[in-house]
Amino acid sequence: MKEQKKTLTREQVLALAEHIENAELQAHDIHKITNDYPDMTFADAYDIQWEIRRRKEARGNKIVGLKMGLTSWAKMAQMGVETPIYGFLADYFSVPDGGVVDTKELIHPKIEAEISFVTKAPLKGPGCHIGDVLAATDYVVPTVEVIDSRYENFKFDLISVVADNASSTRFITGGQMANVEDVDLKNFGVVVEKNGEVVDVGAGAAVLGHPASSVAMLANLLAERGEHIPAGSFIMTGGITAAITVEAGDNISVRYQGLGSVTCRFV
Amino acid sequence: MDQTQINQLGDELYQAMLKREAVSPLTSRGFDISIEDAYDISLRMLQNRLDAGERVIGKKIGVTSKAVQNMLNVHQPDFGYLTDAMVYNSGEAMPISEKLMQPRAEGEIAFILKKDLTGPGVTNADVLAATECVMPCFEIIDSRIQDWKIAIQDTVADNASCGLFVLGDHAVSPRQVDLVTCGMVVEKNGQIISTGAGAAALGSPVNCVAWLANTLGQFGISLKAGEVILSGSLVPLEPVKAGDFMQVSIGGIGTASVRFT
Repeated sequence: MKEQKKTLTREQVLALAEHIENAELQAHDIHKITNDYPDMTFADAYDIQWEIRRRKEARGNKIVGLKMGLTSWAKMAQMGVETPIYGFLADYFSVPDGGVVDTKELIHPKIEAEISFVTKAPLKGPGCHIGDVLAATDYVVPTVEVIDSRYENFKFDLISVVADNASSTRFITGGQMANVEDVDLKNFGVVVEKNGEVVDVGAGAAVLGHPASSVAMLANLLAERGEHIPAGSFIMTGGITAAITVEAGDNISVRYQGLGSVTCRFV
Repeated sequence: MDQTQINQLGDELYQAMLKREAVSPLTSRGFDISIEDAYDISLRMLQNRLDAGERVIGKKIGVTSKAVQNMLNVHQPDFGYLTDAMVYNSGEAMPISEKLMQPRAEGEIAFILKKDLTGPGVTNADVLAATECVMPCFEIIDSRIQDWKIAIQDTVADNASCGLFVLGDHAVSPRQVDLVTCGMVVEKNGQIISTGAGAAALGSPVNCVAWLANTLGQFGISLKAGEVILSGSLVPLEPVKAGDFMQVSIGGIGTASVRFT
């Protein structure tokens, strides 16, 4: 995120925000926007994302949290970037544990096992670190994220995906919260089962070495726009496992070491 | 195969290990080798070690992950024998140039038994009841077959490609850890290279130990009180060379590390 130059006009930002949000609301895919705007920067892309957020709030939706994406060192190296990306969560993204996700509302959903943090004090970058995050955390809670790129065939570059709210679409939080001092956040394991079969496993360190460092990076990224993480924020820290494709009829159950399980069904 | 052929191949693998000179795949030599033949070859290789003064201290289970099962096109695990000459303590230097040929590290959970387990009919409950403790472990697998060009019969004959192993710094009662969800983090030279969890090995490391007890039961062999059982890798295997430092940590269990020289 060194590149802060902007290349899009205000009108282009508004038009692209409407274009991408319509794809989400109508569940149809679109070409990645950098095809038409190859010089777009991350700053442009976040302008579009924040405009989508504004559109939802203007319509009466509440913003209920933030999410981090691209939080694996391997993926970042592969994409040639040094920082993860973030997106926001709207109220209607939330699905209860054991609940149902309607695939007709989505394009080509995938799921990821994550751990989320809820803050009890504000976090402000730059210079936010793991210690700040642990001190400001009210509790952690296991979460399954459903991602759904609006781009055809889930094919995108990072700038396009930032504009598309980091592929956010639905999330399911578990029922077992824990204090950060009671969980080994680096070593706790997760086991993802689809229709009763283990399809992936991982441990907390898959998220930037420690999930709390993901929250610290979020505070530092937000600081570049003069924003911060307020007290009471719900933050999904990024996938511990690979993204797993799901379709109507699938049952997902994710077990977390010491934190119970999260389940959902896709119809 | 007749016993002469079996003995010859078992002796050849033992010599390959001693001389650190890999041999061509046994399955490339025109013999029709069954899995049973391959286990007989591994027993002959083991007999050479016992004759040289080594003693069996446990067993290892291999081919427990879907990735490796698909690679070898087999859909069951295999096993090999652990001797006292194979064990290292956490943090010790492991001399590749003296002991190994083409080593790869696997993060595993080791079971230390306090009661015998004799199959068939061993359940997961029996395994848990017979387990004194579990420990973090690196198994350093190695192949006496050139370039790891192994079919299932090659690895079975070659003592399930076992090389050496490292036991970690903690021993935890199985009552105190969820062996299905316990997470594993593997670092190489300070960089996190993989993560996993207990379920990666046949759904649970406990399933692996029960499988081994039941499989060996068919041959009249028991898992013995005091034995170390390596239950299978929870992460992808990682090639290592002299100068590498590997560390594994397992949620709720502990860590193990090894330096290669």
